[in-house]
Amino acid sequence: MAKIEIKQLSKRFNKGNKYIDALSGIDLKIEDGEFVCLLGPSGCGKTTLLRILASLETPTTGNITIHSAAAKKNPTQSMVFQENGVIPWLTVEENVAFGLKMRHLPEEITRKQTDYYIEKVGLSNFRKLYPKELSGGMKQRVSIARAFANDPDILLMDEPFAALDEQNKFILQEELLSIWQETRKTVIFITHSIDEALLLSDRILLMSAQPGRIMKDIKLDLPRPRSIEQVRSQSEITQRFLEIWEHLQEEVKQTRLI
Amino acid sequence: MHNNIFQLIKKVNLQQFITISSPLLLLLLWEICSNTGILDSRFFPPPTLIIHTMFQLGESGELFSHVSISLTRILLGFLLGVIPAICIGLLMGMYKYFRHFFSPIVMIFMPIPTLAMLPIILILFGIGEFSKMVTIAISVFFPVVINTAAGVANIDRIYLDVAKNYQANAKDFFFRIALPGAMPVMLEGIQMGQAIALLTIVAAEMIGANSGIGYLIWMNYKAFLLPEMYVGLILISFFGYIFSIILRGLEAKLLPWK
Repeated sequence: MAKIEIKQLSKRFNKGNKYIDALSGIDLKIEDGEFVCLLGPSGCGKTTLLRILASLETPTTGNITIHSAAAKKNPTQSMVFQENGVIPWLTVEENVAFGLKMRHLPEEITRKQTDYYIEKVGLSNFRKLYPKELSGGMKQRVSIARAFANDPDILLMDEPFAALDEQNKFILQEELLSIWQETRKTVIFITHSIDEALLLSDRILLMSAQPGRIMKDIKLDLPRPRSIEQVRSQSEITQRFLEIWEHLQEEVKQTRLI
Repeated sequence: MHNNIFQLIKKVNLQQFITISSPLLLLLLWEICSNTGILDSRFFPPPTLIIHTMFQLGESGELFSHVSISLTRILLGFLLGVIPAICIGLLMGMYKYFRHFFSPIVMIFMPIPTLAMLPIILILFGIGEFSKMVTIAISVFFPVVINTAAGVANIDRIYLDVAKNYQANAKDFFFRIALPGAMPVMLEGIQMGQAIALLTIVAAEMIGANSGIGYLIWMNYKAFLLPEMYVGLILISFFGYIFSIILRGLEAKLLPWK
């Protein structure tokens, strides 16, 4: 059984007399433990789709079913936001513990989970600091630790590394993969970087712009762990890159013509 | 390195020296002009005489009773205004129906100087201490209520999304997101309120009181005891400075993350 089933989902935003179709006719099944990248030009509705999955928006039509084990008490999903999702008036450890605190779990469990993931993202020495004292990369580590510590079934990531410089991005991508491989959670990851999608995912969903549709569903059965060097040099992956590149080029050109 | 620290110390000392030098220079100029007759010493008694008068008044205990009565009025009136202002401001910021209900009332009363309402306050609350506290409370209420509501309304949307995604309930949302998020702008309002409170108490005591610093200034002016009047002015300046230092200290305590 698929973990997530999306049927005939659409989203229309009304602005006065005008409306914008952000998403249209999305049909999708995502398996348990899959790492899926949503890849598309900006303004293609990928964030809207993620926000609907995160229950931050409601769909106009269609529905989403998330299958969770009935007895489990952990949350179905947690989101890693774009930059600035870390709450500035909470310290690193308070931020990481945020989800657990909101669920009012026993102090001991909260502390254990928080410690584990702070350690995991290498912020043990910074746990008492406030976000203003952290670099962009460290803030996103806090954001990732917060989501994993909450122990959800599904992780939703909205371009978490978009604002980072290249070096930091590579390091964080590797860290994310190592935590993911340990937990094997279902991940839906938004990006507009083809490299990033090829490096991280089991499956890439290419989206078209306005209204957002899934244009192409690409399964990647490349071996893990992958490195950015492999992504850049292996001919098989390069082939995939070009294929995706052409598709996106086509898409961007079409939106320009309208 | 040593050289740099040395230069830094020198720089700080120089800044402090310049900061202290301007009021001292002003006092010195005043002293000289007053003693040499450039300024009429009947209207502008030399600072040394004013300080001498202050000690005389202090010894008789008269000064202490005026000061303590004014401070009590300010403190209690301030609390009487700030506490409901914070509560209503938070509700206005968080719930739009509250906002729509309260903002016309705030807008109607805000432009009226509190002193213009003094007759009504006297009719309603009599001529006792309570009416003075109410006067201060009203004047403090408006800047605090407006800044608190604006503080909540200006919290970055992403933190509301984070709270929602991590399933914060209403109580947690209030104490972990709304209140701390609104705190910086709210404290600015309280700073403003403090300045207005001082202004109001002095004016109110000049009009309708027989004690307090404002009364001290006004009565001594009427009796042409100008050194005594200047003592009142110096005290106001002194307490204004003390209050703003206390509030700044409070701000550093409450906003370690800023």
